[in-house]
Amino acid sequence: MKLTKLTALAATTALCAPMAFAEDMANEMTIVSWGGAYSKSQLKAYHEPYSANTGVTILNDDSSAEAVAKLRAMNEAGNVTWDVVDVVAADAMRLCDEGLALEIDADTQLAAAPDGTSASEDFGELLVSECFIPQIVYSTTFGYRTDMVGDNAPTSVCAIFDTEAYPGKRSLEKRSINNMEWALICDGVAKEDVYDVLETSEGQDRALAKLDTIKDDVIWWSAGADTPQLLADGEVVMGSTYNGRLFSVIEEQKQPVAMLWDAQVFDLDGWIIPAGLSPERQARALDYIMFATDTQRLADQAKYISYGPARASSAPLVGQHAELGIDMAPHMPTDPNNAQNTFLFNYEFWADYRDDIETKFQAWLAK
Amino acid sequence: MTDTAATGGPVLAADGTPLKKSLARALRIQKLRALALIAPLLIFVLVSFIIPIGTMLSRSVANDLVADTLPLTVVALESWDAESGELPDEPVYAAFVTDMVAAIAVKRHTRLGTRLNYEQTGMSSLFRKSGRKIKKLDPAADAPFKDTLIGINKDWGDVETWKVLKTHSVRITNGYFLNAIDMRRTPEGAQAQPEDKQILVTLFQRTLIMSLVITASCIVLGYPVAWILANLPARTANVLMILVLLPFWTSLLVRTSAWKVMLQQQGVINEVLVWVGLVADDARLVMINNQFGTIVAMTHILLPFMILPMYSVMQTIKPTYVRAAKSMGATDWTAFWRIYFPLSVPGIGAGSILVFILAIGYYITPEIVGGTKGVFISNRIAYHISSSLNWGLAAALGAILLAVVLILYWAYDKIVGIDNVKLG
Amino acid sequence: MAALTPISRKPMSMVLPVTAAAGGFFGLFLGTANGSGLLGVVLGAAIITGLAAFYIFVLKNEALAKWITIASMAVVGFLLGGIALMIVGALAGWFYHWFIYWLYEGRYRARLLPYLTPKQVLWHYGFRVICGAIFVFLITPILVVMPLSFNAQDFFTFTPEMLRLDPAGYSLKHYQDFFNNNEWQRSFKNSLIIAPIATVISVSLGTLAAIGLSQSHVPFRRAIMAVLISPMIVPLIISATGMFFFYSDIGNWLEGSLGLPKSFVGYVKVVLAHAVLGIPFVIITVTATLVGFDNSLTRAAANMGAGPVTTFFRVQMPLILPGVISGGLFAFITSFDEVVVVLFVGSAGQKTLPWQMFTGLREQISPTILAVATILVAISIMLLATVEMLRRRSERLRGMSPT
Repeated sequence: MKLTKLTALAATTALCAPMAFAEDMANEMTIVSWGGAYSKSQLKAYHEPYSANTGVTILNDDSSAEAVAKLRAMNEAGNVTWDVVDVVAADAMRLCDEGLALEIDADTQLAAAPDGTSASEDFGELLVSECFIPQIVYSTTFGYRTDMVGDNAPTSVCAIFDTEAYPGKRSLEKRSINNMEWALICDGVAKEDVYDVLETSEGQDRALAKLDTIKDDVIWWSAGADTPQLLADGEVVMGSTYNGRLFSVIEEQKQPVAMLWDAQVFDLDGWIIPAGLSPERQARALDYIMFATDTQRLADQAKYISYGPARASSAPLVGQHAELGIDMAPHMPTDPNNAQNTFLFNYEFWADYRDDIETKFQAWLAK
Repeated sequence: MTDTAATGGPVLAADGTPLKKSLARALRIQKLRALALIAPLLIFVLVSFIIPIGTMLSRSVANDLVADTLPLTVVALESWDAESGELPDEPVYAAFVTDMVAAIAVKRHTRLGTRLNYEQTGMSSLFRKSGRKIKKLDPAADAPFKDTLIGINKDWGDVETWKVLKTHSVRITNGYFLNAIDMRRTPEGAQAQPEDKQILVTLFQRTLIMSLVITASCIVLGYPVAWILANLPARTANVLMILVLLPFWTSLLVRTSAWKVMLQQQGVINEVLVWVGLVADDARLVMINNQFGTIVAMTHILLPFMILPMYSVMQTIKPTYVRAAKSMGATDWTAFWRIYFPLSVPGIGAGSILVFILAIGYYITPEIVGGTKGVFISNRIAYHISSSLNWGLAAALGAILLAVVLILYWAYDKIVGIDNVKLG
Repeated sequence: MAALTPISRKPMSMVLPVTAAAGGFFGLFLGTANGSGLLGVVLGAAIITGLAAFYIFVLKNEALAKWITIASMAVVGFLLGGIALMIVGALAGWFYHWFIYWLYEGRYRARLLPYLTPKQVLWHYGFRVICGAIFVFLITPILVVMPLSFNAQDFFTFTPEMLRLDPAGYSLKHYQDFFNNNEWQRSFKNSLIIAPIATVISVSLGTLAAIGLSQSHVPFRRAIMAVLISPMIVPLIISATGMFFFYSDIGNWLEGSLGLPKSFVGYVKVVLAHAVLGIPFVIITVTATLVGFDNSLTRAAANMGAGPVTTFFRVQMPLILPGVISGGLFAFITSFDEVVVVLFVGSAGQKTLPWQMFTGLREQISPTILAVATILVAISIMLLATVEMLRRRSERLRGMSPT
């Protein structure tokens, strides 16, 4: 008896559902991002004002980590459900190379700076791919436990390879990018030669050999939340992660952790629009991008998270943290004090060699 | 019998048809009715599960990318003898440039480079770097191409490059399956992978061994619990059952992160051990990010799948059997080992097969607590699906894994019978 | 049974050594923590034996002895290490008091058969201790994360404040986050929509098929069974990718040809995918129940003029209902706790609770997922307790003796 009632209930739900869902369909777009505090900063700085202006409902999908795989599958299945996707520059280049992302002309499709500077000039060199509109400059860098290093606070990135001075585990990202460069730098390669060395098979082996010296002391992370948690637990003495995560650990959570800006690797994160959207969805996505990457919006985002805006014209507008009220400028990776010993990331190199090196790295890791 | 023999004619049913025919018809109707009941579900599962899995697995042999992207080159390469040790002639190079220019226009060449990079490291960068220069060539005007190409990148003057292209231009390939067992497809037939790429066979072995260990520890831990649940009065047993069901109903992710909190070096277990003084503060046990972590967490997660089938089998074992054995002079141990244990074997079988099959396909828990040594082949499949995008290899690995599971399932069905699996 | 076994006081030659051993065991831990394990053992054994002898020979008042032990041990604990140790001390005091009298009065024999040898008695309790340890293994991880859901910080870490039981170390903010955060509420709602519908589909189709399968002459029975069980045995990651492509096609067709709205199609896809995953559990449990089903009952019903539908709902269904319900529970949990397939098949609009938990673990450090888990555990305890109470009530009503 009960079952028949349940079935009837399910059937009515199933029948009524389409009508209920039909109305909110027309003005909805799905924006893919990383989740957590980062998505929250986008929600405050971009989504909320955009929805208020246009009445478009924005659905947040926290799938950026799997964006390349999913976009490729969607493209193959002919059913792209995402409208705008937030990816790191390297992923954007890969998507662009494979024709999975829409090419965007910065000067006609993006807003100019308030003083009239064209968008392509305002973003400058950060426009690393035709499909990619940079949003923030972040850096991958190290944080360490102040209470676990004693008086001997590390000043160089090579502290990760020094297990005698800094005993304990360290956390590194489970991929070759950045780790290979750091390994070579600490193996005595000059910064400007790193990519020349890494291009050769011997150079790659050399980097892996260096990493091999600390393989047993490393906890490999794959999600942005891992290193902050490990640092907070005291499970690792130092670890690499994104500078915004460390900001939140240090300033918001007040953990005994400090930043090590040495050899921080600048990277970009920004938007792409998937290829193969219907004209109306594509127009809406472009409209959103135009709004979300203008000078004011990019500066607004820095109120909520310590990543530097990608436009030159936004930098002077960066103010104070929305809740903590501290000045955000000194916490930006681009601040002169922090950027003294920055390592320049070579996008073209990694676009070309990513498959080669990553294969080797993963095989080494699983050994 | 005697009646039939006496009358000589066939036995008739009430309506006059021969009984045999009538029975056959009844049987047919019964069969049809049974099938009609099964049909909706069977069709549902076939269409929405078996066929999708089949198409997914068919990617393990499909290899259209090379032939579709470089159609002219593939034809031109047919007349080239890979064994000769000589470079292909100008027509191959011309065909290649024509194909590449067309591929670059639709952005297919980088995908091809990635595909060939699975076979030979270095192909991806070769295709990407050369692509930027080939783009500027005009297939009609800029001939001859052989020297131009070798000028663009010396690898085009390497016989190996062309060998790889030729070997992988077939539309149906065994290449992915060979890769899955640490071999590779070469012009000279299947050969072993270079040393530094051989990991998959090790991973398969590790997966099997760890799944066996997990199954064994589930049996060891599950048996006493199932026994006590089956032999206590129902009131107490039901309360204790909550302790089994609660973990079972708690989200997998929560249980996995709970084990992280428990096992890590600053975790609950280590803190307690240090506090009571069994372990020195600077020699905390390493229990996570290795095989131990995976085994403990997965044993905990899969234990209810062992206890529930064991419990339902043990409930049906009558206590009188053991009592009878004892009254005839058996010791406690003999009564258990000769009477109770054999009766409970179907439960162990059902639980083991369930736990083993679930363990072998797990990937979230090992990913979180397994580090680099405690991961399974499924983690590799997930990696190839979502990071390296080598879906062909993922499908081949999946097909092998599925074959192992199917053999187990078949063996289990023969020995115990799948009908005997009960879940509480 | 209990009345059969007379209990009697046990000789001191047995009680004192055993209590000494128990005291020494506890003393070992305290001793090593404070420097010397051996000293701890000796002191622990001496103190507990002394207590036992004092209670038995001098005090002779059990209730008073109880409070003395609890209070004194709690005080010692408090002096050694604050409130947390005080609680440990009080619990240890209660345990030792109980243990001394349990041994001395011979209460441990009360529930056992009178003819058991001492070895059998020892095994009986030893076995229970082993089972207890396994239950502890099962439940500890869940108990451990519960306090963490009240953490004032955003980490999965026991802070010093929490260990001191300082109220400042605790807060309800993760619970507030769950109830106020749109993402959590939306995913919770989605799970509540998807899981029941998927369960209803797999239970109804699965029960029908199980009944079909249980009839005596089914052609290709083994093969059909294998197909129906397959969603359970195919590794999830393969199912997920396979279904992704299939459901994308289905989605295109539903949206393109039938013009159904996008979000509705999204739900359909996830519901169907989860229904398939739940089917093996329903099939297994219901066929298992049907093995014991007496087919003469359906014939009797037919004999008395009931149609197949009536027979099914009035005769067969009530009898196999336990199997159907437990299969349904498995199917429900499968859907409610499923994260791999929904990550592939679903889109943002259908984000379920496990999906939200998954991103919560990956991208933000938030004990909110522990708060959610705690809420869900509380709900399941209440459900299980209600079921058990109803069962006992119906037992009473039917006049059965408790089993």
